[in-house]
Amino acid sequence: MLAKRIIPCLDVAEGRVVKGVQFLGLRDAGDPVEIARRYDAEGADEITFLDISASHEGRETMLHVVEQVAEQVFIPLTVGGGIRTVEDVRRLLNAGADKVSINTAAVTHPDFVREASDKVGSQCIVVAIDAKRVSAEGEPPRWAIFTHGGRKPTGLDAIEWARTMVDYGAGELLVTSMDRDGTRAGFDLELMARISDAVEVPVIASGGVGNLDHLTDGVLKGKADAVLAASIFHFGEYTVHQAKEHMAKAGIEVRL
Amino acid sequence: MNQPMVAVVDYGMGNLRSVAKAIEHVAPAGMTVRVTEHPDDLANADRIVFPGQGAARDCMLELGRRELRDALLEAARSKPFLGICMGMQVLMSHSEENGGTDCLGMFPGEVRFFGHGLKGPEGEKLKIPHMGWNGVRQARPHPIWEGIPDGERFYFVHSYHVAPAEPDLALGITDYGPPFVSAIARDNVAAVQFHPEKSAEAGLRLLGNFLRWNP
Repeated sequence: MLAKRIIPCLDVAEGRVVKGVQFLGLRDAGDPVEIARRYDAEGADEITFLDISASHEGRETMLHVVEQVAEQVFIPLTVGGGIRTVEDVRRLLNAGADKVSINTAAVTHPDFVREASDKVGSQCIVVAIDAKRVSAEGEPPRWAIFTHGGRKPTGLDAIEWARTMVDYGAGELLVTSMDRDGTRAGFDLELMARISDAVEVPVIASGGVGNLDHLTDGVLKGKADAVLAASIFHFGEYTVHQAKEHMAKAGIEVRL
Repeated sequence: MNQPMVAVVDYGMGNLRSVAKAIEHVAPAGMTVRVTEHPDDLANADRIVFPGQGAARDCMLELGRRELRDALLEAARSKPFLGICMGMQVLMSHSEENGGTDCLGMFPGEVRFFGHGLKGPEGEKLKIPHMGWNGVRQARPHPIWEGIPDGERFYFVHSYHVAPAEPDLALGITDYGPPFVSAIARDNVAAVQFHPEKSAEAGLRLLGNFLRWNP
């Protein structure tokens, strides 16, 4: 049976991991290659890099990071952040990324998603969906798409948008609840389940993981095909292996 | 003596760098890994790795445009040959993809879409593409399975799968909805639907096994 995936996510700026990853015995806490190797050794099913570089140079550095990781880590690598052109996509894939995650550009230029998936195949195209709950208390739940880290509303309905992006060629959706991101209160399970039910492609749940039960909930209640988390793995609270054992105990198929 | 050379066939479709890096990682000292689009290199290579991603029609068009079809068919008759993902599918006669695409016809059989509304054993919805780590049951012993436990998980990403017309081609079986053939082999050719270059230890082991295989 197909395993549910656990995907650690690393924020990288100017080629360095930020948000202070803390591992015992790590020589260089900012080195993406060393951290990626560690996650691979712990049994991560994939690794996602989010490039939050502010500069053009930072993005160039990201290509080198991807090259170095791809030479040493033989599991799928996804890179997101600032991807706007088919040329950006190609360069990342040629550097060794397996998938790219398109965020703001999907909202501002939806045809870019179509163009990119036509050129490189939808299996390489992840569309990131950043959604916030916009319904009032007591109303049927509604979520809308926000860009710029949740600051800028677009008016797009999240469920409709998810369907549209799959029609445009997204091979997978990375769904982040902007209400939960950074709160450690768990995924917005209703949002995840609604989107997972609405589309045929796999859904990665993201935003809000604070403990291992949140991961199992993401799969069992949120119907996610994969769960993405950052801080619970970075600070040595839990290893990816522990997370998988926890999921296995809850009856979830995982790769152990 | 000439150094042994593995040719990784480049026809503009997919993650060649990943494939080449993984092979380099497990290659014995002195073995050269060459990513190439030249038919001559295929003729001179000791082994061929034929990867691929994307759509069947584009793959066939690119192979034709680079005049690689004859060189590939010739190589598959004479030297150890490993197809990966789309590089497995286009070995068959025909694919349903893109409204029907004729393929290389090395093996009789079809490439079929998984189907919409696919369900698992407990009635759960199965997503398309089939993406992630799934188990492979070894249909029979083979040198590429050396040291790999039966049922080991490998990384898959695909929406179509092969359905060989001759059941004895099957080398590996995977469950996703109904079971499908996830690896095939005959004579000096082996091919896998999953991505060994992205399947951690087990995948590297399989690639190493391929480099040592002398059919």
